[in-house]
Amino acid sequence: MPWRLSSRLVVNHLATAVCGAMVLVAFVPLVSLLWLVISKGAGGLSLGFFVNRPAPMGEAGGVGPAIVGTFFMVGMACLVAIPLGVGAGVYLAEHGSRPFPRTVRFLTEVLSGVPSIVVGVVAYAVLVVPMKRFSALAGAFALSLVMVPPLARSTEEFVRLVPVTLREASLALGVPAWRTSLRVVLRTALGGIATAALLAVARGAGETAPLLFTALNNQYWSLRPDQPMASLTVQIYNYAISPYESWHEQAWSAALVLLMLVGLLNLGARLAVRDRVGGRR
Amino acid sequence: MNDAGSRSPRTKLNVEHLQAWYGTNHALKDVSLAIPERSVYAIIGPSGCGKSTFIRCLNRMHELLPGARTEGRLVIDGEDLMKVNPVQLRRRVGMVFQRPNPFPTMSIADNVLAGMKLNGVGVDDAESRIEKALAQAALWDEVKDRLGASPMSLSGGQQQRLCIARALAVEPEVLLMDEPASALDPIATSRIEDLIHDLKQNYTIVIVTHNMQQAGRTSDFTAFFYLGELVEAGPTAQIFESPREQRTEDYVTGKFG
Repeated sequence: MPWRLSSRLVVNHLATAVCGAMVLVAFVPLVSLLWLVISKGAGGLSLGFFVNRPAPMGEAGGVGPAIVGTFFMVGMACLVAIPLGVGAGVYLAEHGSRPFPRTVRFLTEVLSGVPSIVVGVVAYAVLVVPMKRFSALAGAFALSLVMVPPLARSTEEFVRLVPVTLREASLALGVPAWRTSLRVVLRTALGGIATAALLAVARGAGETAPLLFTALNNQYWSLRPDQPMASLTVQIYNYAISPYESWHEQAWSAALVLLMLVGLLNLGARLAVRDRVGGRR
Repeated sequence: MNDAGSRSPRTKLNVEHLQAWYGTNHALKDVSLAIPERSVYAIIGPSGCGKSTFIRCLNRMHELLPGARTEGRLVIDGEDLMKVNPVQLRRRVGMVFQRPNPFPTMSIADNVLAGMKLNGVGVDDAESRIEKALAQAALWDEVKDRLGASPMSLSGGQQQRLCIARALAVEPEVLLMDEPASALDPIATSRIEDLIHDLKQNYTIVIVTHNMQQAGRTSDFTAFFYLGELVEAGPTAQIFESPREQRTEDYVTGKFG
C-alpha cells in the first residue's frame, strides 16, 4: 500500500507540473504580443497623439479622428447588432428545436464563417456603390454583419444555461411567457450576455477588412455618417504599409491605443456586471 | 390527526375525467377527484405513477412541455379552468416546486413580490405585503433584517419557505406543492410540514409526496396513484388503515414502491 500511495503521489505531482508548464507555454504568445506592442508603441504616446489629427510625414500627428471614428462606427453597429444578435439568440434558445430556428442557427454559423473581407465587399456592393461614396454608415453596416453571428450564438448558450426551474417558477406565478423570457430568463442571463456583447464590441473594434473599402479613412474630424470616417484599424494598416519609419512607429502606438481601449472596455463592463449581479453566488 | 371524516366541507376544486399525455405516452388515465376547500390533499404513489403530472395539470404547467396534451375538466367554484387563459388560472392556483427556486437576481423582498413585479403591477402596500407573506411562510423573523440580501444567502429550507411566501403573495386560492420537502433535511422538513398545517386554515392545498409518513402527518385526504390511474382516494386515515384496494394496502404498508 505505501508503495502504491507514493507512486500515485509522484504521478499526481508530475501531472500538475505538466499542466502548469502548458499554462506557461500558452501565456508566451500573449505576453510576448503585449510586450512587443508596449515596447514599440509606448514611446510615441503623448496627449497630442490621442487628440490630434494625423499630420503629414515628418510632423507630430495623432489618431484623434481614428479613436472617435472607431467608437462612432462600432457604436452605430451596436445599435443594430445587439438587439438583433441578442433577440435572435433568445429566440434560438427558446424555440431551438423547430425547423425554422434550426435553419436560422445553421445560417448564423455560415455567416460567422464568412471571411470579414467578403463582408466588406458585400457592404461595398450594397451601400457604397448605390450611395456613390465611401461612408461611415457602410462601415458600421459591415461591422454589424461581423458582430451579429457570435453574439447570437453566445446569447443562445447563456440563455440555455438559465435553469428551467426559474422559468417554471415565473410561469407558475401567472407571469405570461413573453414576460418570463424578458424579465426572468434574460435578466438571469444578463451577465453572460453583457460579456458576449462586449466581446462582439471588441471584435468590431478590431476589424480592419470590413472597413477598408466601406468607411475608407479620413484625415479630418468627421461625425457625418454619410462621409468617409477614420478608424484605428485602418489607420494602423495605412501607417504600417507606408514606407516611412516614423509612420511605422505611429502604427505601433495606434495599436497600443486600440489594445488599451478594448482592454478598458472589457474591464469596465466586467466590473459593472459584477456589481449589479452581486447575488449570483 | 385529522377531523376530515366528521364534516363534509365544500368542494373547492373538482377534477373531472382528466387525461394527460407526453407525446404518445398516456400518463394520466381518466382521473376524477373532488378536492375539498381548506384541506390538505396528499397525492401518493410510486415513481412514475403520474402524481407529478397530475398536479402539473392542475395549474396547466403540464401542457407547456413539447408534445404534451391534456383533456378533461378542471372546475373551481363552478368555473371550468380548462377554458380560461392559463396565465389567469395560475394566479389562482399557485405552485411550490421540488427544489427551492428563488430568483437569484432579485433580493429576498423582491422575490416575495415577484408575482406582481414580473407582471408589471405596482404594489402600493409593498412592505405590509412582504411582511404578511413572509410571516405566513414562517420566515419573517429570520429575514426581516436582511430583506435586501440575495436569496442565495439563505439555507435550502429558508429558500423553500421564501418560495412558499412568493406563491402566497399572489393570494391564490389553491396551493400546489410538488414534493416540497424532498430536497430538505429533517428539521427543515418538519418546519415545512408545520407550515402546511397552518396554511390550510386559509388555503386549499394539494401536496405530492414520496414520503408516506409525511402524507399521514400533514394531510386530511389522500389519493393513491398507480401507473397513471387513480386507484383509491379518501380520508387519509381510511387510506392508511383500511384501504379498499389491495394495491393501496400493499403500497402503504411498504410491500412495493
